[in-house]
Amino acid sequence: MRRAEFVMACVLGVLSAYLMWKSAELPIGWIPKEGPGGGAFPFWLSAGMLACCLWILLRLFRRSSSVSRSTDTYMDRDAVRLFLLVAGSLTVMLLLIHVVGVYVATPLFLLFYMRFMGGHRWFSTSTIAVATPIVAFFFFEIALHITLPKGVTEPFFYPLYDIFL
Amino acid sequence: MEILDHLLQGFAIAFQPLNLGLVIFGCALGLFIGAMPGLGSVNGVAILLPMTFLVPPTGAIIFLAAIYYGAMYGGAISSIMLGIPGASTAVATTFDGRPMALQGQADQALITAATASFVGGTVSVVLFTLFAPPLAAVALAFGAAEEFALMMLAFATFVGLGGDDIPKTLFSIFIGLVLSAVGLDIISGQPRLIFGDITGFMHGINFLVLAIGIYGIGEMLWTIESSKGEVKISQATVTVGRVMDSLRKFKNYGKTTLMGSVLGYFVGILPAAGATPGSLMAYGVAKTISKHPESFGKGNPEGVAAPESANNAASTGSMLPMLTLGIPGSPTTAILLGGMVIWGLEPGPLLFVEHQEFVWGLIASLYAANVFSLLINVAFIPAFIWVLRLPFTILAPLIFVLCIVGGYAPTQDMHDVWLILIFGVAGYLLRKLDYPLAPAVLAIVLGPLAETSMRQALLQSNGEMMVFFQRPISGPIMITAVVLFLLPLFKLLKARWRASKAANPGA
Repeated sequence: MRRAEFVMACVLGVLSAYLMWKSAELPIGWIPKEGPGGGAFPFWLSAGMLACCLWILLRLFRRSSSVSRSTDTYMDRDAVRLFLLVAGSLTVMLLLIHVVGVYVATPLFLLFYMRFMGGHRWFSTSTIAVATPIVAFFFFEIALHITLPKGVTEPFFYPLYDIFL
Repeated sequence: MEILDHLLQGFAIAFQPLNLGLVIFGCALGLFIGAMPGLGSVNGVAILLPMTFLVPPTGAIIFLAAIYYGAMYGGAISSIMLGIPGASTAVATTFDGRPMALQGQADQALITAATASFVGGTVSVVLFTLFAPPLAAVALAFGAAEEFALMMLAFATFVGLGGDDIPKTLFSIFIGLVLSAVGLDIISGQPRLIFGDITGFMHGINFLVLAIGIYGIGEMLWTIESSKGEVKISQATVTVGRVMDSLRKFKNYGKTTLMGSVLGYFVGILPAAGATPGSLMAYGVAKTISKHPESFGKGNPEGVAAPESANNAASTGSMLPMLTLGIPGSPTTAILLGGMVIWGLEPGPLLFVEHQEFVWGLIASLYAANVFSLLINVAFIPAFIWVLRLPFTILAPLIFVLCIVGGYAPTQDMHDVWLILIFGVAGYLLRKLDYPLAPAVLAIVLGPLAETSMRQALLQSNGEMMVFFQRPISGPIMITAVVLFLLPLFKLLKARWRASKAANPGA
């Protein structure tokens, strides 16, 4: 827990410093007749973030916060495995959306999750995996007129548009 | 009675077939969301907001408010049946609700919770109807300095009353505000913080991206990790006779319920407090004023009535500052507020002048939502108990897909969907280290407003910071905010002083 706290505060501190540096690309001082420059607001807020990170580190070394006294492990082996599986499959789904579109990527994700992580029967898994994109199509594309990304599967939808729109 | 006229107009809007349908559907969905362990009103509202583009703004907010309400009723169901709070707002309900269920009184606990929720909701909506118009009238006179001072006060409540680690709370506020600054600078029009010209950052970071990331993806990751292992569902026998019997007994808890309602309402108005501390406080007070405090925690129905009336009342209370001042009273109302901006409604006192039908339609729908939540809750108790058996490995992936597709809909940019995933993972990792995340969501919603009002006020005063303290209304608000910011420091000093006094009592 202490190591996680230390690493997190350092990472966030570096992020704050980077944000300060990026904000300073716009004027951060006072511009006559215009008020504070465009970079002032994010600059001073990022400075505040950095100060908070230093404060968190200080409390960590003085052991004055509850996390800094905790001896629990941040994530045990099981938690890491589960986290990587879920976050990993989500990442793969997003990557697939770019290539083959939502209507192929989401059923694959649902199949993987329900069948292999949940251990549900093929019947219920495949029903949900097929029904979800169909519902999504009618809700977003037909009712809301929002086109979801389709990647290379785009041409297959032209006949559907002709029927429903 | 001007208020009654407005209210009648509001009912005419709330009872239009579409809006009435949305209230009923919203309540049922809210009850379902509330009953699922790990999902609460804020998750439901964040994930479902993009779906409301289908209906006009008034219908959309009525629907989301009904979800908010239903979820407050629903939270009690899993608290009682599983002993796991359905949402953090129902934590206090487990204290006596679970023992009652284990003693075979699950049905009485459920009915008490539903009826107390109804009383809490109704009392608070009446208070709301009376308080909102005068408060909005006062707020009409507010200028940029006052607006900024109010936002400072909202953030200060998190530091002073939130009870979380102070530097982490402040960090959360700061990062929310910085994220809201990404995109085009509102005054000079120059792009800022776009990280090497990534075009996706040009349109800024939509608050929904952060909200869905944290309350959708992040919360699911958290729930998946913490919900491992088997849970035991209590049995509930529900018959008409037993329901009537429970309702008859309810009048014995009237005083406790009223106390919870009024307390919850006022606690709910504060941005950092809201339904969770409100219900815990109501439980504490109920125990203190009870003639049998020792029976609490062992299955006293008053211990269910107090927190359940308080959490419903608090959800109404949190809408008061949202509608009248444009400052959300809870994370859920922060998301509603952001939604109003998307729908083209400027939150704040002008709503009561320019969009009367919207405001009063919403208020009237709250009355209706209460009635329907109670009816649906009592009538379908077996259905909600069945919902608790739904395996999480089916629900979780569906919610993930809803987050991804719903997150894509508002801007139709895959860039935002990737950000949702990043925020979700970051939010999960931060939450494990006790970083509070609600302040960040509030900050990203309020950020653009805070920056504009601060820059305007400073422009008017030629950069004189004291302007916020010198104006008659913003002055006291700012001073209250400063006191709240420093409150933890005072507490620390007091604790040190006591400790040193205890160490050498002679001195």
